[in-house]
Amino acid sequence: MKLTDQEKAMLDGAGGAAKRKAMELLIRYGEALGAERFVDTNNVTGVPGWATDFLRHYYKDRGTSYEAIFSLFDLDSDEIVEVPKMSVYSCHLQGSMDPKLWKEQGKTADALADYLQDEAGVAAHGIQVLKTCTPYLAGNVPVKGEHCAWMESSAVVFGNSVIGARINVEGRESTSSAMLTGKIPDWGLHRDEGRLGTHHIAVEVPVADVFNWGMLGYFVGDAVQENIPVLTGDVSNPSLVKHKHFGAAAASSGGIELYNIVGLTPEAASYEMAFGARKPVENLRYGRRERRQVYDTLNSVGSNADVDFVMIGCPHASIEQIWEVATLLDGRKLHSGTNLWIFTSRSVKSVADTTGYTKIIRDAGGYIMTDTCSAFGRTMPPDTKVVALDSAKQAHYLPAMMGVEAWFGTTRDCIAAATTGRWNASAP
Amino acid sequence: MTSEILENAIAGGRTIILRGRKVVGGTAEAEALVTRQTISGWGGVDPMTGTIIELRHELCGQCFSGKVLVFPGAKGSSGWSTIFHTARLAGTAPAAMVFTVMTTKIAMGAVAMHCPSVTDFDRDPFEVIETGDRVRVDGDAGIVEITKRK
Repeated sequence: MKLTDQEKAMLDGAGGAAKRKAMELLIRYGEALGAERFVDTNNVTGVPGWATDFLRHYYKDRGTSYEAIFSLFDLDSDEIVEVPKMSVYSCHLQGSMDPKLWKEQGKTADALADYLQDEAGVAAHGIQVLKTCTPYLAGNVPVKGEHCAWMESSAVVFGNSVIGARINVEGRESTSSAMLTGKIPDWGLHRDEGRLGTHHIAVEVPVADVFNWGMLGYFVGDAVQENIPVLTGDVSNPSLVKHKHFGAAAASSGGIELYNIVGLTPEAASYEMAFGARKPVENLRYGRRERRQVYDTLNSVGSNADVDFVMIGCPHASIEQIWEVATLLDGRKLHSGTNLWIFTSRSVKSVADTTGYTKIIRDAGGYIMTDTCSAFGRTMPPDTKVVALDSAKQAHYLPAMMGVEAWFGTTRDCIAAATTGRWNASAP
Repeated sequence: MTSEILENAIAGGRTIILRGRKVVGGTAEAEALVTRQTISGWGGVDPMTGTIIELRHELCGQCFSGKVLVFPGAKGSSGWSTIFHTARLAGTAPAAMVFTVMTTKIAMGAVAMHCPSVTDFDRDPFEVIETGDRVRVDGDAGIVEITKRK
């Protein structure tokens, strides 16, 4: 890779041992990609220094301080180095538990202590404690053309597609290194030619609500994998929540990091703009049959209609979604054997607290929880066997990770299941 | 042409050589585990056992530890490198990787795993490598040598 004088100086140790280790790792990574240079970034999100139970145990003889985990795992260093405050604007994404409702999530006091120790390390290193998979709903909204280094595939696809920021899906090691150096390989979606469409998808059934946007996203991800789809046709009524669910689903069933919908996303004012000089390598259609296949796939795990857990908030719920749930509950109580957990960021929860939604949902028997979700935190109410979900992404992951049956439907279907204990929705 | 090379290799017990580009250096030789499906790291793999857990994956339940993983590449969560990095520490990582589609996920994962890896081949590896074949990966030279199982 071609290095600037500033990058060479960091590699030579001018910024200290941690920045030297970070540059070494970023160069190995850039060479693996086939990148030729770095791009500067001042917007990084990741999970720096997160000590999972495994890492805490694995490194116990080397010490499990924040600096030890950051050095040995994040920087892939053989030695523990002094980790200074981060050099550029850095944010921590989601974590593994709600530090207030940890008992309800089945976590131990020891696990909480470890979690809070990690968090203190994050804050002490100048990293914003956002604790969410939706940084764009909690204070970190990039702008068009901004080069970012982000983890969290659902946030990356939102930033690229809806906003027009320039972001590759980064890993923990590359984001932690970027926080120290402000550098990330200039490859893929950082470059103009890396952002042109590859596949055309003609949408032939109406896609207008969150449920349908989510299913379309799941179809598109599976159909084009890590490529760049351009959609035309009957996609309407765009909103932040719909893009959030489309992108999260597309980044789970496949590896989509950027999509364009002609007329609705900033880099696709026209079909020609989205593809540039390229011709689509494949033309696909999404019709009635494809929609039914997606619905059946997402509802393929299980047959028991007695729902004991409803989970909302994948990716983390916006205040609009919490308002919707509070409105649907409207003074009703949850079914006696059914739990309702809504996951969001601390930032959005503070608005829900102030507006009264937290109380409405608590009075019904449900919880608003922060920081994590059932898949990421591996947490569900005790003895959960059958789950109802309004997120295609969560329906993709949760049965495999937690061994449960899952139903996928609209938010309204899910809240009905929470109050009746029964799944009573049908295919579109 | 390709099938002719393959048939000759099987008949003569010879090796087939693929030339590609270094991703991560080092050499390893092991049995191949081949899939034409991309693999999800976080939520798709149990790093404690080196097993694929994604319910809809054709290799669901199969273990890649110590094998040469031949696949298109990575999909899904940005936790890909974290999961495979953890697999290295847990001793369950693949011995080497042969893949066809470069992404940031697999590049970071290969680097964090210290896993000899090659991509950008002169021929389609899926046409010549089958599960069970003996495969030697020379990451630095970008060379993959295949000895057919039968």
